[in-house]
Amino acid sequence: MRKELGIFVLLVALCVVVAIINPRFLSPANLQNMARLIGLYGIFSIGMGIVIITGGIDLSVGSVFALLGVLMSMMLSEWHWPGALAILAVIGVSVGLGMIHGLLITRLRIQPFIVTLCGLLFYRGLARFIANDETKGFGTSAGFEWLQKLATGSLFKIPMPFVLLIIIGAVMWVVLHRSVYGRYLFAVGRNEEASRYSGINSRRIITSAYALSGALAGVTGVLLAFYTNSISPSSHGNSLELYGIAAAVLGGCSLRGGEGSIIGIIIGAALLQVLQNLVNLLGIPSSLNFAVMGAVILIGVIADQLLKRRAAPA
Amino acid sequence: MLSPILEMKGISKRFPGVVALDKVDLEIYPGEIVALIGENGAGKSTLMKILGGVYQPDDGSIIINGQAVSIHSVADALDLGIAFIHQELNVFDNLDVAANIFLGREPRKGGFLSLIDRRKMYAEAQTHVDRLGLDVSSHTLLSKLSMGHQQMVEIAKALSQQARILIMDEPTSSLTLTETERLMDVVKDLRSHGVSIIYISHRLGEVQELADRVIALRDGRNAGRLEREAITHDHMVRMMVGRDLEDFYVHPEGVVRQPYFEVRDLRTRRYPHRAISFKVSKGEIMGFAGLVGAGRSELAQAIFGVDPAVGGGILLEDKPVKVHAPRDAIGNGIYLIPEDRRNAGLILEDPIRKNITLPSLMRYASAGLINFESERKGASNIFKKLNVKAPSVEERVGNLSGGNQQKVVLAKWLSLSPHVLIFDEPTRGIDVGAKAEIYELMRGLAESGVAIMMISSDMEEILGVSQRVAVMHEGRLTGVLERSGCNEEAIMRLAVGRE
Repeated sequence: MRKELGIFVLLVALCVVVAIINPRFLSPANLQNMARLIGLYGIFSIGMGIVIITGGIDLSVGSVFALLGVLMSMMLSEWHWPGALAILAVIGVSVGLGMIHGLLITRLRIQPFIVTLCGLLFYRGLARFIANDETKGFGTSAGFEWLQKLATGSLFKIPMPFVLLIIIGAVMWVVLHRSVYGRYLFAVGRNEEASRYSGINSRRIITSAYALSGALAGVTGVLLAFYTNSISPSSHGNSLELYGIAAAVLGGCSLRGGEGSIIGIIIGAALLQVLQNLVNLLGIPSSLNFAVMGAVILIGVIADQLLKRRAAPA
Repeated sequence: MLSPILEMKGISKRFPGVVALDKVDLEIYPGEIVALIGENGAGKSTLMKILGGVYQPDDGSIIINGQAVSIHSVADALDLGIAFIHQELNVFDNLDVAANIFLGREPRKGGFLSLIDRRKMYAEAQTHVDRLGLDVSSHTLLSKLSMGHQQMVEIAKALSQQARILIMDEPTSSLTLTETERLMDVVKDLRSHGVSIIYISHRLGEVQELADRVIALRDGRNAGRLEREAITHDHMVRMMVGRDLEDFYVHPEGVVRQPYFEVRDLRTRRYPHRAISFKVSKGEIMGFAGLVGAGRSELAQAIFGVDPAVGGGILLEDKPVKVHAPRDAIGNGIYLIPEDRRNAGLILEDPIRKNITLPSLMRYASAGLINFESERKGASNIFKKLNVKAPSVEERVGNLSGGNQQKVVLAKWLSLSPHVLIFDEPTRGIDVGAKAEIYELMRGLAESGVAIMMISSDMEEILGVSQRVAVMHEGRLTGVLERSGCNEEAIMRLAVGRE
């Protein structure tokens, strides 16, 4: 709880500072735009956080977005599948990939970093090959406008992706913090051996975490494809996995596993978007974008370490 | 006669709560093999760690070649010509033989560049290896060598450091029979070259064949010594045990023995050719004695499904129970309190409550969601019943003492109404007061009809708590002793493989 509070204070402080220097920060257009991005990034960051809680990592997410985007565009524009079927198919593919990662990790005992690094390379290549390295789009989106609205529309002026994030976040909060399954996720991440000795099927739990992360990545993949509306297979989704990892770590997940919270992850994802916005609004050269983000994350982690050391003098 | 190369006089060492060594003496002459024997926990390892510079003695003196010395580090010990071959080998299996022998002392060349003189290193390493009659190239990776050969490389390393005193801790515990014979030849050969060897072993046959002198330790004290002719199996066993049992234990009484839990031809992965069979009755505590490496923990882990059996099986009330993973055993009311409490038994960072309810969480949940109120209540009830000393169930388990941690492990299973409980070293590292409480709990469980297996290396505990004692030696069940015919000597005899 203390950890979430710390990063929440940081988020609010940052917002106040930016708002004072440039009041445009609070303009409805800017807020809406930012909320839409927070929604997009937040959803898959939750999946990343769950994987990290089990002591794993998923580096393949960005490439999965490219693959899903390409598939989505082909299903709708070239094969003319019904929208609902296309969504189900795309999310299904994403869940399947997550499951494969999970099985490779738990059955063959390959390190998560390596499995998903191979995924990062493989899916990117696959996406480019399937698309002939051509940028894909959705044309006039005739027949599936409602799908597009999920990414670009709003509900009572609140951008749809943000609404979805709140719904998914609430469900995942219950799953992670209130359910038996969630308790097992944390237990396996803390100490897989003791969990096994307590009768938990740790391999199934870990595999399911990757599948769950795949499902959330699938949802984001659909939204992201319609948000950008054009999918260039060589760059779509590039390095987004790092945003997910950063959000989870900022939100209190430990890469050692066993620690983290949904609220923390969502605040972490929000913080990253506010930082991007800050770079734009304060007239900082956009080339410094990544440098600002890196510096802030580092400062946050250092501050956390110092606080921890003071709290528990050893 | 020559003067001793090494004398240890009046060595004492205390650890928090235990006196590990109490005025222990040991001396060894050049070209002599001294065997150091004693039960697990008798203080052999501590004494040798003091000689090897790992621990500092609280009292006593160490004299080498007539000069009093103090050994503050492993490097000090090496400078004095003392080398330690540990039971778990300290080799780097990703490096080759020469690199292992010369690690940290590589011959140099090339002036300020300080390059490794590879030619010299491999040539010298080869002479050390050849000297031991080992048919191995100094370019071979250690991972390609058998345990026996890896050990030879460690000995070669010690010799390359001009060791005059070689400490070998259970050197044959993981060797095959041929490798063991080979090692014994090498040890004898070293003796004839004037090297002094302190040989720690549970295998009395080896000791009888090798040792010029035997020094026995018991409970951290000298328990006698034997010279060449007097070194016999029986003499050694009597020195290692032979202590009065205090009336610390009360046995559960009036149990009608009725086989309830049966292990039939079970074979573990560690000893795939040894089949084990026995029966435990409801309400019975069956002790499992044996030396380290006898395969008792492997047996427990096979029954519980952590490392499933490779053959045979278990039966509960004559019904076969298939166990492929711990959850299968748990589903049948068979629970293990593991030896490695801190890693396998508990999640140390988590509070007591979460640890207690981990295996029984479903009981406190509906539709997959945890009812925190009933979870807290359930955990608190058991917490109070077992008298765990902690402010509340929200205390981190890592902050508790060993005894209270063990109670939490036990608490995990009690709410699940056990049929069979397997305790693996239930009181290791636990102080006397908590020990008594744990025995009390075990007795209560037995009286309520649980069948209990208790693996222990603590002879007092085995004799004091169990109704029958099963003894194991190198993966075999060498005998089951009834209470009446059960004493330390009889157990020791079976534990060293004598039927």
